[in-house]
Amino acid sequence: MALVGLCMLGRLAYVQLIDNTYQLSADSNSRRKVVQYPSRGLIYDRNGKLLVSNQPVYDIMIIPREVHEFDSLDFCNTVGIDMPTLRQLFQRLRQNINRHLASVYKPSVFVRQVSVERYSMLQEKLYKMPGFYAQRRTLRKYEYPAAAHVLGYVGEVDDNAIKNNPYYASGDYIGVSGIESSFEVQLRGHKGVNYQMVDVLGRQKGSFRDGAYDTLAVSGQNLTLSLDIDLQMYGEKLMAGKTGSIVAIRPETGEILCMVSAPSYDPSLLIGRDRSLNFPILSTDPHEPLYNRAIQGWYPPGSTFKTINALIGLQEGVVTPETKYPCSYGYTLGHFHMGCHGHMSPLNLRQSIQHSCNAYYAYEFRTILDNKKYANVNEALDVWKDYLVRFGLGYRLGVDIANENRGFVPSAPYHDGVWGKGWPSLGVVSLAIGQGELLLTPLQMANVAATIANKGWFYTPHAVHRIQDSTIDSLYTTKRYTGIDTAYFSVVQDGMELAVWGADAGTARGAQIPGIRICGKTGTAQNPHGRDHSIFMSFAPKESPEIAISVYVENAGFGATWAAPIASLMVEKYLKGEIAPNRKYMEDRILQTVLNDQ
Amino acid sequence: MINNYSTYNENSYKNGVDWITILIYACLVVFGWLNLYAANFNPETKVFFSADAEYFKQLMWVVLTMVLAGVVMMADSKMLVEFAPILYIFSLVVLALTLVIGKEVNGAKAWLGFGSVQFQPVELAKISTALLVARVMSRYGFKFTFRSAVQLFTLLLVPILLVLLQNDTGSALIFMVFILAMYREGLTGHILCLGFVCIVGAIATLMLDGWIVMLACLSLALLAACVYLYHLAQSKLLFRSILVTIVPAALTALALYIMEKPIRYDLLVVVAAVCLSVYLLIIALSKRIKYISFILMYLWMGICISFATGYIFDNILQEHQRTRINVLFGVEEDPQGAGWNLKQSLIAIGSGGISGKGFLEGTQTKLNFVPKQSTDFIFCTVGEEWGFAGCTFLIVLYLIFFFRLIHLAEKQHSVFSRVYGYCIVCIFFFHFAVNICMTIGLMPVIGIPLPFFSYGGSSFLGFSLMLFLFLRLDKDRQELIR
Repeated sequence: MALVGLCMLGRLAYVQLIDNTYQLSADSNSRRKVVQYPSRGLIYDRNGKLLVSNQPVYDIMIIPREVHEFDSLDFCNTVGIDMPTLRQLFQRLRQNINRHLASVYKPSVFVRQVSVERYSMLQEKLYKMPGFYAQRRTLRKYEYPAAAHVLGYVGEVDDNAIKNNPYYASGDYIGVSGIESSFEVQLRGHKGVNYQMVDVLGRQKGSFRDGAYDTLAVSGQNLTLSLDIDLQMYGEKLMAGKTGSIVAIRPETGEILCMVSAPSYDPSLLIGRDRSLNFPILSTDPHEPLYNRAIQGWYPPGSTFKTINALIGLQEGVVTPETKYPCSYGYTLGHFHMGCHGHMSPLNLRQSIQHSCNAYYAYEFRTILDNKKYANVNEALDVWKDYLVRFGLGYRLGVDIANENRGFVPSAPYHDGVWGKGWPSLGVVSLAIGQGELLLTPLQMANVAATIANKGWFYTPHAVHRIQDSTIDSLYTTKRYTGIDTAYFSVVQDGMELAVWGADAGTARGAQIPGIRICGKTGTAQNPHGRDHSIFMSFAPKESPEIAISVYVENAGFGATWAAPIASLMVEKYLKGEIAPNRKYMEDRILQTVLNDQ
Repeated sequence: MINNYSTYNENSYKNGVDWITILIYACLVVFGWLNLYAANFNPETKVFFSADAEYFKQLMWVVLTMVLAGVVMMADSKMLVEFAPILYIFSLVVLALTLVIGKEVNGAKAWLGFGSVQFQPVELAKISTALLVARVMSRYGFKFTFRSAVQLFTLLLVPILLVLLQNDTGSALIFMVFILAMYREGLTGHILCLGFVCIVGAIATLMLDGWIVMLACLSLALLAACVYLYHLAQSKLLFRSILVTIVPAALTALALYIMEKPIRYDLLVVVAAVCLSVYLLIIALSKRIKYISFILMYLWMGICISFATGYIFDNILQEHQRTRINVLFGVEEDPQGAGWNLKQSLIAIGSGGISGKGFLEGTQTKLNFVPKQSTDFIFCTVGEEWGFAGCTFLIVLYLIFFFRLIHLAEKQHSVFSRVYGYCIVCIFFFHFAVNICMTIGLMPVIGIPLPFFSYGGSSFLGFSLMLFLFLRLDKDRQELIR
C-alpha cells in the first residue's frame, strides 16, 4: 500500500512540480480573450479638411447551435442577399464546422459588413431570429474621391503578417499601401482585451477576475497631412485622360502638397466588401491605376537634368557662368552626332538652360568626366554620381508613403559591365542630357526642383505634417545639403527663369503666369515605350519659393506642350487659389485632351 | 451458531468505538465535501442553498448516512453474521433486477431509481459479499482446500458476472480484491503470485509483441530450472535441458525456412517451451523434484496470459476500452476522444503546482473542462486547488486510514470480524489506488469512485456503512463472533 502511495506521489511530483507544460495549457484552456477593436485614426489635409474617417458596419454573427427556424426570405431581403447566396453561406458554414474551422457553440461571421441602414432594419427583426446577432466593425470612409495613392487602403491581414507580427490576428485590418500602410502603427491604435471565462464548449461564463486584467481599446492617432486636398483634386482633374504624375513640394519644409498619379481611382472602391469586387478590375486595368507613378514610376529625367549637370560643372570648376560652347544643330564629334534644335550660338550657361542646348551639355559633361583632377573617367563619374546621391537620386528619398522606388543612377562599375573597362566619356555622353540609364521618380524630380528653389538643401519630402500626441520622424526635420555653393544655384535659377520668361525665346514660355516669377525647365525624354515623355520641373515664385513641382505626362511629346502648362496651372491654383479667367482656355485645352486612349 | 466465549462486557455506547478511525473518516468526509463544493462552485452564481446543486445533495446524504451509521452502531453485531447469506442473496436479486429495470448511465446499466433518488446496487453487493466471505471463512475448522476455494470463488464469481452484464467493468474488478483478504487467511501465495504474473504479462504483451513476452517467460523459466539444477549439482541435466530447448526450436525454424513459410517467432517459442516442459516433467517425475512443477506452472501461465491478452484485447474488449488502454500506453493519441479525459485531468492537476491555486480558485475543474469532475475525477480538484501539498496530505491520510483499519482487523478475536475488516480495507484501497492512478495517468481510465470524495449518494452511503459495520464489529472485538 505504501508502495502504491509512493508511486502516486512520485507521479504527482512529476506532473505538478517538474513538468510545467500542463500549467501552461491550463491558462489558455479556460480563459478567452475577447478583443476590443479600436477605431482607426482620422486623416486630415493641411487645411484641416477631413479626408478619411470611419464608418460603422455590422457583421451578422451566427451561433449555429442556437439557430431555430426563421423567416429566411425576410432575412435575405433585410440583409440584402438572395436565397441562393443564403444557401451557399449555410453550406460554407457547415463545411467549416466539419473541418473544425468553426464551432456550433461559438459565434462565427455569417454575413460580412452589412450597412448601418440594413442593420437598423434587421435589428428590429433579430428577436425572431435566434442564433443571430450583429457585431460592430468599422470600415474606412473616404470623404473625397481623390488622393487614393497617397492614402492607400486598408485590407484584412494576410497569413504572413499574422506570422511576423504578434499584434495581428486573423480578420484584423491592416493598412496595405500609402499612408495607411506607413503609419499603420499610429493609425491602428491599441486593441483592448476583455478576458472572459468560458466553459469547455466555449460558452461565456462571466468576466475573468472581475475584469482586473482587461484593457481598454485606445483609438488610433489622427494624422494631419501636408497635402492640400483642393490642389490634389485639381491635379487629378488636369491629369484625367493622361498617364503620368504631378508632385508638388513646399521647398522650405519638404512637405508634399500634392501627389497625383494618373490614372487614379476612387479610394471608396476598395472599402470592405467592395474591395474583393473592385480590386481585380483595378489590378487588371491596362492603365494600371493601382500603380503609384509618383514614387514607383522610373522615368528618364530628360533635359530637366541639365540643371543638375550645370550645378555639378560649376561646383567642380570646369565651367563658369560665362563659359560658352557652340551649337550647330547639335554636338558632332567624328561619327558621333547628338541633335539639337535651332537657337542662337554660342551660348553661356544661363542661356544653355534657357534654350535647353544639348551640345552645351555634351561639352560640359565631358569636361566633368575628363577632369584632370581625377585619375580616369571612372573616378570622375563616381564623383559626379556622389553629387546625384546628395540630391537624393539613386536611392529612396525616404518619403513616408509606402513602396517608394529608388530610381537609378549608373555608377562607374555599371558602365564597366556594359562597355567593358576603359570606356571613354563620349560613351556615356547621353547622361549629359538626362537620357541613358538614368532614371528618376517624379518625387525625386520634384525634390530636385525644391532643392534648386532652396539653393542647395532640402528636407526629405513627407506627406504627414502632424501626428496627434506625437512628433514626426526627425528624418523630416533635418536639412540635407547637396554640397554645391548657393551662388551656383542662383545662376541655374536665372537660367530657369529665362526658360519661362526669356524675351528672345525660351523653351517653357507656356508656363508663364502673369504676376508670378515662375522658374522652370522642360524635358522631353526619349523612352522605349513610345512617344517622348513630356516633363516639366518648376518652382515659384523665384524670390521666395512656395511651391516646387514636377509634372510627367507619359508619351505625350514635348515638355513645353503638356507638362509645362499643367505645372503652370497647378502653381497658379496653389498660389492664387484659382485660375485667372484669361487662362481658362489653357485649362480647357488640358481638360479636354485625352492622351492615353490606346 | 453463536458461541460467546467472553463474558458480556458492559461497554457503553461510547467507549468501545474506535474514535481515531472516526476522526480520520470525518477528515476525509469534510475534505471531500469541500472539494465537491469547489468542483461545482460557480463564481457567477454564488448560491449556497440550492436543492439542485451536487454539494447540497451530497450534504443531505452525509446527514442521512450519519443517522444510519448511528443505527448500525446500535445494532447487534451477531445479527450481521446471521443476515449475511440473506443479504447476499438479496443483493444478487437486486443486481439481477437492475439488469431488467435498471437505468443506463454512461453506458452502464447499473442504476436503480426510486423517484429522484438513484441507487447503485453494486454498493450493497460489495458489503454483502464481504460479509458472506467473512462468514464462510470464519466457519469452525475452515481450511483452504480445493473445495472451499472453489466455493469462495463461486461466491465472488456470481456478482462479478452480474455486474459485468451491467457493463460496469470497473465495479466488477473490485470483487477481485477479496482474494487479497483470503491470502491473509491462508490462501496459497501462488495465486497472488500468478495474479501478479498475469498483470505483468498482460501489460508487457500490450506494450511489446506477444512473442517477446513468451520468450522472456521461457528464458526466466529456463534460468530458474538451470539455477535449481545447478544447486542440485545436476550439471548434466542442466546442459541437456538447454539443448532440449534450443535444438527443436532451431530445427523448426530450419523446416519453416526450407518450406519457404514465414518464420513465426511465437511458434518457435511455444515449440521450445513444450520441449523444455516435457523434459523437465520427466526429470520431475523420475527424480521426484516438486519444485520444477512450479516453474512449469508459471511458464505456462505466462504463455497463456500472453495469448489470452492478445485475444481478449482484440476480440472481447469494447472499442472504448481498447482506446483507453492504447492511450495509457501511448500507442495511440486521441486528444479529443478518450485521451481528452486524461489530458484535461492532467492539465488540472499539473496546473496546481506545489501549493495549488487555493480553495475555489481552480479554473480547470470548474466550467466542465474535466469530464465527470465531481464523480470519478474529483481528485483533479484536489490537485488543482490544493496542489502537491494537498495531494500528499490526502494520500497520507488515506494510508493512515488503511493502516488503522488493518491494525484494527488484526486486533479482532473473531475470524469473521478480521476477514470482514481485511475485505473492506481491500475494497477501499482498490478504489483509492485505481481512482487516483487513473486521474494521474498511471492506469487506464476505469470509472470507479474515490471513497468519501466522489459525488454520489449511494456510493457515499455504501462506503460509510461498510466502515461503520466494521466499527460495530470492532466494538465487540473481545467477543468471538461466528
